[in-house]
Amino acid sequence: MEDIGSLMGGFAVALSWYNVFLMMIGILLGVIIGVLPGLGGANGVAILLPLTFSMPPTSAIIMLSCIYWGALFGGAITSILFNIPGEPWSVATTFDGHPMAQKGRADEALTAAFTSSFVGALFAVIVITFLAPLVAKFALRFGPAEFFAVQFLTFASFIGMGRGSAPKTIASMCLGFALAAVGLDSVTGQLRMTFGFTELLKGFGFLIAVIGLFGIGEMLNSMEEGLEFKGADGKLRLNAVLRTWAQLPRYWFTSLRSCLIGCWMGITPGGATPASFMSYGLAKRFSKQGDAFGKGTIEGVVAPETAAHAAGTSALLPMLTLGIPGSPTAAVLLGGLLIWGLQPGPLLFVEQKDFVWGLIASMYLGNIAGLIVVLTCVPLFAAILRVPFSIIAPAIMVICAVGAYTVNNAMFDVWVMVVFGVIGYTFNKLGYPLAPMVLALVLGDQAESSFRQAMLISQGSLTIFFSNVLVASIMSLGLLMLFWPLIGSLLGAIRSAPRNVAGAAEQ
Amino acid sequence: MLRYATSGLASASAALGLLVAVALPAPAQAWEPTKPVEFIVPAGTGGGADQMARFVQGVVAKHNLMKQPMVVINKPGGAGAEGFLEIKGANKDPHKIAITLSNLFTTPLGTGVPFNWKDLTPIGMLALDQFILWVNSEAEFKSAKDYLDAIKAGDDRKFKMGGTGSKQEDQIITVALERLTTPKKMTYVPFKGGGDVAVQLVGKHIDSSVNNPIEAVAQWRAGSLRPLCLFDAKRSTYHEKVTKNMSWSDIPTCKEAGINVEYQMLRGVFGTPGMSKEQVAFYVDLFRKVAATEDWKDYMEKGAYNQTMMSGDEFVSWLEGAEKTHRDLMAEAGFLAKR
Repeated sequence: MEDIGSLMGGFAVALSWYNVFLMMIGILLGVIIGVLPGLGGANGVAILLPLTFSMPPTSAIIMLSCIYWGALFGGAITSILFNIPGEPWSVATTFDGHPMAQKGRADEALTAAFTSSFVGALFAVIVITFLAPLVAKFALRFGPAEFFAVQFLTFASFIGMGRGSAPKTIASMCLGFALAAVGLDSVTGQLRMTFGFTELLKGFGFLIAVIGLFGIGEMLNSMEEGLEFKGADGKLRLNAVLRTWAQLPRYWFTSLRSCLIGCWMGITPGGATPASFMSYGLAKRFSKQGDAFGKGTIEGVVAPETAAHAAGTSALLPMLTLGIPGSPTAAVLLGGLLIWGLQPGPLLFVEQKDFVWGLIASMYLGNIAGLIVVLTCVPLFAAILRVPFSIIAPAIMVICAVGAYTVNNAMFDVWVMVVFGVIGYTFNKLGYPLAPMVLALVLGDQAESSFRQAMLISQGSLTIFFSNVLVASIMSLGLLMLFWPLIGSLLGAIRSAPRNVAGAAEQ
Repeated sequence: MLRYATSGLASASAALGLLVAVALPAPAQAWEPTKPVEFIVPAGTGGGADQMARFVQGVVAKHNLMKQPMVVINKPGGAGAEGFLEIKGANKDPHKIAITLSNLFTTPLGTGVPFNWKDLTPIGMLALDQFILWVNSEAEFKSAKDYLDAIKAGDDRKFKMGGTGSKQEDQIITVALERLTTPKKMTYVPFKGGGDVAVQLVGKHIDSSVNNPIEAVAQWRAGSLRPLCLFDAKRSTYHEKVTKNMSWSDIPTCKEAGINVEYQMLRGVFGTPGMSKEQVAFYVDLFRKVAATEDWKDYMEKGAYNQTMMSGDEFVSWLEGAEKTHRDLMAEAGFLAKR
């Protein structure tokens, strides 16, 4: 109960006019940053960080964390409207969000995305408020073997979601792994597959690949299909928000599952991106309308958005309590804490009560403010699709190119983006699914280093993945997911077998 | 977009500055940046070099030390090679500088990427970062000697040393320690960043680390980690209590514990090839002003940095010595890239 008192104190700090003003500025800037692909939350916060050095630390972190919330909200907008994920964690949102927009239901998709984001974030903040010390200890139990188990579970829960043939899914995933391996091998310190090109030293940036594969690929497709947006004729109805809200309670279980996945991935710094993929994969697997996924179902928007926000929010917890950043943006914020003279770590909650509880209170308020801002803009965003294609397409191309350039300030990346655009188009034409490749590209690198670190620790023995209850249960869950289709059909065969016998007897 | 906004503002103020310069002729030699200065970090966000660069950026902005803004850009690809190659390729561009860490030496030696510090223009050393041997506070080892004895007595590769990256400073120190425990070796496990390493040590997934002070101080203060020894010739000069009963200066040097290993990491600044003397002088002066601020002194103490500043010939001869040390250490460990 002492926590409640501290939280109320925090609200008092966060609710000063100055701080509320900074909160609104932060949310607006964040949404803009989230909409522009390439200029991610981490970059945005890094650019604005020096401006905050003259502010009191609590106000500074309130503004910067609001930029972060805003970017989380904003990432969904371009994913749904143009199939261009503004942020890595909104890739999974494109799978169903964009088909919904093509059917003229962009407003519903946007409302669902924003609302689920809010639900996910709120859930995570509540977890942070009440379980911070407990949860922080749990994160310490994650070593390389546990990390690999989590990544394995992500792959396993996502496999089989490609609608294409299995060989095509595997080919796509392998290409993703190969691309992820380019650059410096962090375990041996050797360069791999750079073929002497210094531009390839840093490997293929996930965002650049995604902007090309989804954004440019989609543009090429639209051009071929007649220079207009599908779904542009969708009627603009002002009651979109209420209409969507009426549908959402049906998906409470998907929401809850996604919240849990998100919090878990955020705390054990797995991150928002794998959380969104895992949540989407599981939602598809367990949904009664699993076949509707990928064709534009609200559930397919709810699952990844909820998980991404729950993860993005709870990622701040290990940063505050342990001093390890759960996401790149959290890493930049961590640098900020040091500059403001605060030492993130286990003692922050004891020594800087005002700061910590002010921040937690601002998480509640920032997300409420964010939801109001973005929901009021839904009709506006949806109206963008009514602008003629010939006007907006070049603008999107330019935004994509600027975005790809901004990631590393390199012209080379713009060409990489164009090449990925052609690959995306070709994949579409040939029926290869893009999602497995993207997943392998984002997680391949991490999964590889965790696996090899675990192998170093165990000196080459695979038993390390079953050496304690935690890692063994995650691993078993992963194996279960991987072989679920097989197990499912086996179970089905067993169940139907007696009936067949009975049927045969009647005849 | 934001970046454009700031640079637009910057060029406006630059134009203003130009007007003033025309009206009042400035002393002949003085050079000043005429557009925003890119401060390149050849490492990822959140690490020690990144923190220092962003801190400098903040101090410069807060105290108005430069008319043009400073923009920090991370170029971490290929263990920092991406950032160094960018500086090397920007011939005579006075608006690009880089902060360096030990990868200035280790990356070209270990990966064979074609660059050398001599390709760049040395500006100055800001500080030297320390290394400390840490173990979990629940471990039985009370001194560095206890730990090394345990390694000698235990099975080969039983003890796991965590560190940042591969064939870089942390692994170089590990190899130097292994010379004292022959024939027994440790298992070196590379992680992405120093913060990760500290947390893995708290979680007991590894047995020890050689984290920089700033990477592990939070866990030390919380009582989860124990410092065994400092890899420097002399003890730290910071006597302020960091934990309840210890200050940085209470940590013994490794030499005192009979372990003759010393290693410090350069936190230096370099410019592009062919930078003029006046341009170098401007930056040397800028960093002197930064170092004179109270903020900087606090920051140095928080990270227990060795406050050695150098520039000019002194710095160049230090660099020559450091390069040789790294080449020798890496050759001995078999880390040199095959040509």
